[in-house]
Amino acid sequence: MHRLTVPIADDEIRALHAGDTVYLNGVIVTGRDAAHKFMKEHFIQVEEVTAVDEPLYAELKRLLDGSVIYHCGPVVQKLEDGTWKFVAAGPTTSIREEVYQADVIKHFNLKGVIGKGGMGKNTLRACQEQPAVYFHAIGGAASLIAQSVKQVVTVHKLEFGVPEAMWVIEVEDFPVVVTMDSHGVSIHDTIEAQSKAKLAELIGV
Amino acid sequence: MVNLKTMDLTDAFVELIRRAATDLPSDMEQAIAKAKDREEAGSAAASTLETILKNVDLARKNATPICQDTGTPIFEVRYPLGVSTRALAEQIRQAAAVATERAYLRPNAVDSLTGANSGDNTGIDFPTMHFHEWEEEHIQIDLLLKGGGCENVSTQYKLPDGGLKAGRDLEGVRRVVLDAVHQAQGKGCAPAVLGIAIGGDRGSSYIKSKEQLLRKLDDTNPDENLADLEERLYEESNELGIGPMGFGGKTSVLGVKIGAQHRLPASYFVSVAYMCWANRRARMNVSLTGDEAEVSYA
Repeated sequence: MHRLTVPIADDEIRALHAGDTVYLNGVIVTGRDAAHKFMKEHFIQVEEVTAVDEPLYAELKRLLDGSVIYHCGPVVQKLEDGTWKFVAAGPTTSIREEVYQADVIKHFNLKGVIGKGGMGKNTLRACQEQPAVYFHAIGGAASLIAQSVKQVVTVHKLEFGVPEAMWVIEVEDFPVVVTMDSHGVSIHDTIEAQSKAKLAELIGV
Repeated sequence: MVNLKTMDLTDAFVELIRRAATDLPSDMEQAIAKAKDREEAGSAAASTLETILKNVDLARKNATPICQDTGTPIFEVRYPLGVSTRALAEQIRQAAAVATERAYLRPNAVDSLTGANSGDNTGIDFPTMHFHEWEEEHIQIDLLLKGGGCENVSTQYKLPDGGLKAGRDLEGVRRVVLDAVHQAQGKGCAPAVLGIAIGGDRGSSYIKSKEQLLRKLDDTNPDENLADLEERLYEESNELGIGPMGFGGKTSVLGVKIGAQHRLPASYFVSVAYMCWANRRARMNVSLTGDEAEVSYA
């Protein structure tokens, strides 16, 4: 069992292997489909970030340096004092971000992403090079995970809607499992190969 | 007799949504608990199922959503002659908005053209509602909250399928369903319940497959052949070793339910509605024989 606090150092990431349980601590940022598309189109693919986008860009560079992005579209509640509370916050399916993830990891110096279902070859390669890891949270365990969100620091791009907004949250002992490590090992590839062999046995193709 | 013109079930619908979103049906919970005991102690599969059970318990106690993706709300309404389905539809829409405000539901209705979230779970054809007039004297409403991650791995096959050597018979159905479970891996939040429909057109087949998810896990299919196939697919799906969340293990599915429809001579569809372990369904009955509508939940 590992307990890590962001910013995470490279040697801490290299020490992780697929199958390890990790408890994450510190400030992380949620981002899913709209956020990844936005980051690619407004920060990564451009020669120069526009003046309008510059403040958020600077803020995200600071926040994400050595931290992780969480693929999550939470249920939140706005409290009477104007602050937010996470009510339910499990992971969303990560593979939809495969086309963006490697670029986002490299550009912002991420040390990992949290999601569910695993990711593809490009992300696995980026994890090896960076180094970074893929943390798998338990899909659907939303009420439980919300308990490890101690504070909603702020929210960006709320115009994307509550699920798609980028929520800056402070987490305490957020439970995850490393399923893709920085050494090129993916549990998802292993299980898929095994189930494919079993399927061939069952239906003879 | 209840005055059907003035009857307002909005509050009752809000409660139905709360129950579906925050309280997993007991047959689902028991199946997960049994599965946990079957998995090797200390394995990722066992600890995942344990976490899921803790989460279910916590969600129920705190009346918070089991999963943050509260899904597409799908209402199957059965009503006697004389009930206005237009009024019920409006009350369901209002209830969805109230339930969103109370954080039982995440705002989940997105304009497909602009990307704007309506913020209250109402929109074009949202929530989903199907109305069926029946001969009973009461109204029965089933609600299914169908998550998006598992909807994305739901699929439809057109038989024959050469690659899978699947012909137009139950053996063909078996082959494509096993392929669907393999293709989904853990991405639809395994362990799953599989709702399967054979026949129909593409649209009716998908609807029929989702209706199967409303069945209790321990019911028995009245068609003996389908009952046998359900049992066999349950066993064989679990032999694939995908396990909870795709971490590996003995539990890839918790139940398999199959329905059949007539089809065109030209078509043979098999639809697989893949439902995550959070198979959130709830039922409400409304008795209309007294002076006031009497609501009960099951």
